[in-house]
Amino acid sequence: MEQFLLNVNGKNLEVNVDPNTPILWVLRDHLNLVGTKYGCGIAQCGACTIHLNGAAVRSCQLPISSIGKNKVTTIEGLSENGEHPVQKAWLEHDVPQCGYCQSGQIMSASALLETNTNPSDEEIDSAMNGNICRCGTYTRIKAAIKTASKS
Amino acid sequence: MNKVKTSIGRRSFIKRSTIAGGGIMLSFNWLASCDMTPNQVKALPKEWFKINGFLKIGENGLITIMSPNPEIGQNIKTSMPMIVAEELDANWDDVIVEQAPLNTSIFNRQIAGGSQSIRQGWNSLRMAGATARAMLVEAAAQNWSVNQNEIITSKGQLIHKATGNISGFGPMASLASEMKVPKEVSLKEISDFKIIGTSRKNVDGAKIITGQPLYGLDYSADKMLIAMIIHPPAFGMQFKSMDTSQIKSMPGIKDVFSIKTQLEDYTKQWCDTDSFNEIAVIVGETTWQVMQAKKELEVKWELAPEKTEKVQGWAGEFKATIPSGLESSSDHMKLMASMENKKAKVVRQDGNPEAMFKKAVKVVERTYTCPYLAHNTMEPMNFFADVTDDKATLVGPIQTPEAMEKSVSSRLGMPLEKIDIQMTRMGGGFGRRLYGHFLTEAAVISKTMKSPIKLIYTREDDMSQGSYRPTYRATYRAALDKNNNLIAFHVKAGGIPESPIAANRFPAGAIDHYLAESWELKSNISVGAFRAPRSNFIAGAEQSFLDEVAEIAEKDPIQFRLDLLQKAKENPVGKDNDYDASRYAGVLELVREKSNWDNSSEGIHRGVSAYFCHNSYVANVLDIKVENGNPIIDKIYCTVDCGIVINPDAAKNLSEGGLIDGIGHAFYSSMSFKDGVPEQQNFDKYRLIRHSEAPKKIQVDFVKNEISPTGLGEPTFPPVIGALANALYRASGRRYYNQPFITDKQIVG
Ligand code: FES
Ligand code: FES
Repeated sequence: MEQFLLNVNGKNLEVNVDPNTPILWVLRDHLNLVGTKYGCGIAQCGACTIHLNGAAVRSCQLPISSIGKNKVTTIEGLSENGEHPVQKAWLEHDVPQCGYCQSGQIMSASALLETNTNPSDEEIDSAMNGNICRCGTYTRIKAAIKTASKS
Repeated sequence: MNKVKTSIGRRSFIKRSTIAGGGIMLSFNWLASCDMTPNQVKALPKEWFKINGFLKIGENGLITIMSPNPEIGQNIKTSMPMIVAEELDANWDDVIVEQAPLNTSIFNRQIAGGSQSIRQGWNSLRMAGATARAMLVEAAAQNWSVNQNEIITSKGQLIHKATGNISGFGPMASLASEMKVPKEVSLKEISDFKIIGTSRKNVDGAKIITGQPLYGLDYSADKMLIAMIIHPPAFGMQFKSMDTSQIKSMPGIKDVFSIKTQLEDYTKQWCDTDSFNEIAVIVGETTWQVMQAKKELEVKWELAPEKTEKVQGWAGEFKATIPSGLESSSDHMKLMASMENKKAKVVRQDGNPEAMFKKAVKVVERTYTCPYLAHNTMEPMNFFADVTDDKATLVGPIQTPEAMEKSVSSRLGMPLEKIDIQMTRMGGGFGRRLYGHFLTEAAVISKTMKSPIKLIYTREDDMSQGSYRPTYRATYRAALDKNNNLIAFHVKAGGIPESPIAANRFPAGAIDHYLAESWELKSNISVGAFRAPRSNFIAGAEQSFLDEVAEIAEKDPIQFRLDLLQKAKENPVGKDNDYDASRYAGVLELVREKSNWDNSSEGIHRGVSAYFCHNSYVANVLDIKVENGNPIIDKIYCTVDCGIVINPDAAKNLSEGGLIDGIGHAFYSSMSFKDGVPEQQNFDKYRLIRHSEAPKKIQVDFVKNEISPTGLGEPTFPPVIGALANALYRASGRRYYNQPFITDKQIVG
């Protein structure tokens, strides 16, 4: 067990855990931030995507000891009340089916638009390919990303 | 208006609750918290008046509608309440939706499966709304001393034109809740619908996109511990012993033991499918700690002997034998091939097919196969359980809460009334959560630990546990005469452990000489319903075969099917044909029109298919473009006849999902075995379709009619596989017979 100081969604938080614990489980089990999902645990599905200093990373493969002073943003901290353009576009296109993959999809999409405000289909595909949606909402996700990129 | 007798359960009408902020039976808990939906303008009321088991109305006019069935992503949590609100004549913006708990005395059939929720809920949901509306009208009539026949309702208002009286539902709710339940109520004319048939957003949308706790895996309770299981590494193995000494001292670990999901002489219900009855369990404080201990635990497994289980089937109890042995996919393929020459069970015969095959000028024979599939819901299996001496509370994702309540009751030796099952939103179902062994396991673990626990399957536990889509094989033969008329048709199909045949479906009924034969092989690899069971293979096989026959017969593939359907309509063969040839032809004609089929364009390779299953009709035209030697799915035109469409945009979403899911599984996915061990246990080896592989565009069009609604969760999945195979053929010159297509051959030559 070790003491860690984290910056999550703009707040400084302290946790006492095994240094190897992936940040995914720190968020879910210790910080009660369960919007970040578990899907595979091996960086293959994207359900656990968060932002580390604004870049999309898979939290299931990121031990807490590697976070340091980097800023962690989760779906709960992406915006105040769900008014991030990507979230709004998601509602406009009524994207979710079961919804389980969607926080990961939204985190990947918002990180993409941060660096590329007008991505092409191919750029969307390559940024989003790590995020599986078992329900098959891919075409709506692409449409929502395009809507968000315009706003 | 059509008058109908009210027939929802008596207890649905238990009188009002005046407990502020809560009902009497439908307690408001973690799952059912009354928070606001985005459009909602009204604040929470001070008092709720319960009109019946489906709904209650606040004094300020806010309405809570319970959604009875489990939500797995099919969006019934929005569409079921829409049906209630329609007949209530409510203003949709005043409606809050809550997931109802399991309560068989109020709700019919709280199951998500077989695409039946809307179809079977249609009448009771309409009646619940209409009854409440009638009680509000009666209350207003009393209050205003007017004749109730003169009162009309509109968008949450009661109006008496002659006297100018107008009231919202809220002020009348208290009195309405005291009215007698009418024996008869009037239902709206379909043409008067204001909510049904208009697109309404997912009621959980805002919560999903902000990451709020909605799913079983997100549930937590005070003092809750985390439990994980270790099941045998291979089908055909069982638990023998384990060394727990090292593990128990690992950080955070509370206990390690083995459990039996069910006791020896238990008679299983159909939904009790489990693959491994005895499993190792580790319980600890946090998920990561338990995951670490799981890696270290050494369990000894042994070969399982052949065993016999008692199963309660639809037609009474029977004994099921589960063979011993460690099976491999390579052996399965050989065994299935060997069935070709063996006698099989004749499940339908019309005319004299063999005589016609002898007479035929051309005989086309083709064989199709598919592998096992894992469901792979994005949210792995999990369940919360808190079992004490006098109560069991179970919370989580389950498609069959009613049946599983019985299973838990039997295992715990606790009466049904003491078992409370609450349903969370589910991170996917696809049939996997019909089999609730994980719920019983969670209950047994909690009872053993005397503590609330949440059982979590890792992805590997989930993918290697079983309940798979079976592996199938089908061989088709068609006989053509010298004018290329289809004169006889033969299908012989089977699988491990079940056959995919639906003998009375098209083209049965359209061909004078028809033979369907079926065979099955036993296995110890467990299977379960997977989105559109059996159809998910046989539709693609049949629709690929018909395409090839049409080509050999030198006919347009749509016209070829329409000609057969015409025959089935005008002069059907046999009696038990289970499809409506006109509706079948209807979706094909519509897809021909929408896709502009008769005018092909350069560089676009098109495949067509149509199928009927789960009471709905679907046709597709799928367009492929070849870019750098790769097939790109440029567009799918999909036409659907599922009767009245409740929530059109959500219905489109679900249809799109079924199409993408069908394409993905046919193209990429496979579960194979080596000596009983599943060879794919996570998404590194198990391929699911990804963003870049999805169709670029999907256009879904619904046939407009006034037929009572049927299912939509499954019907778009099966036929698209045929359209895909047929389009791939046009793009590559090669037919694809074996799923997954990606390993069948080089995709484009
Ligand atoms: S859970 Fe991290 S990528 Fe799947
Ligand atoms: S919406 Fe269900 S997995 Fe994406």
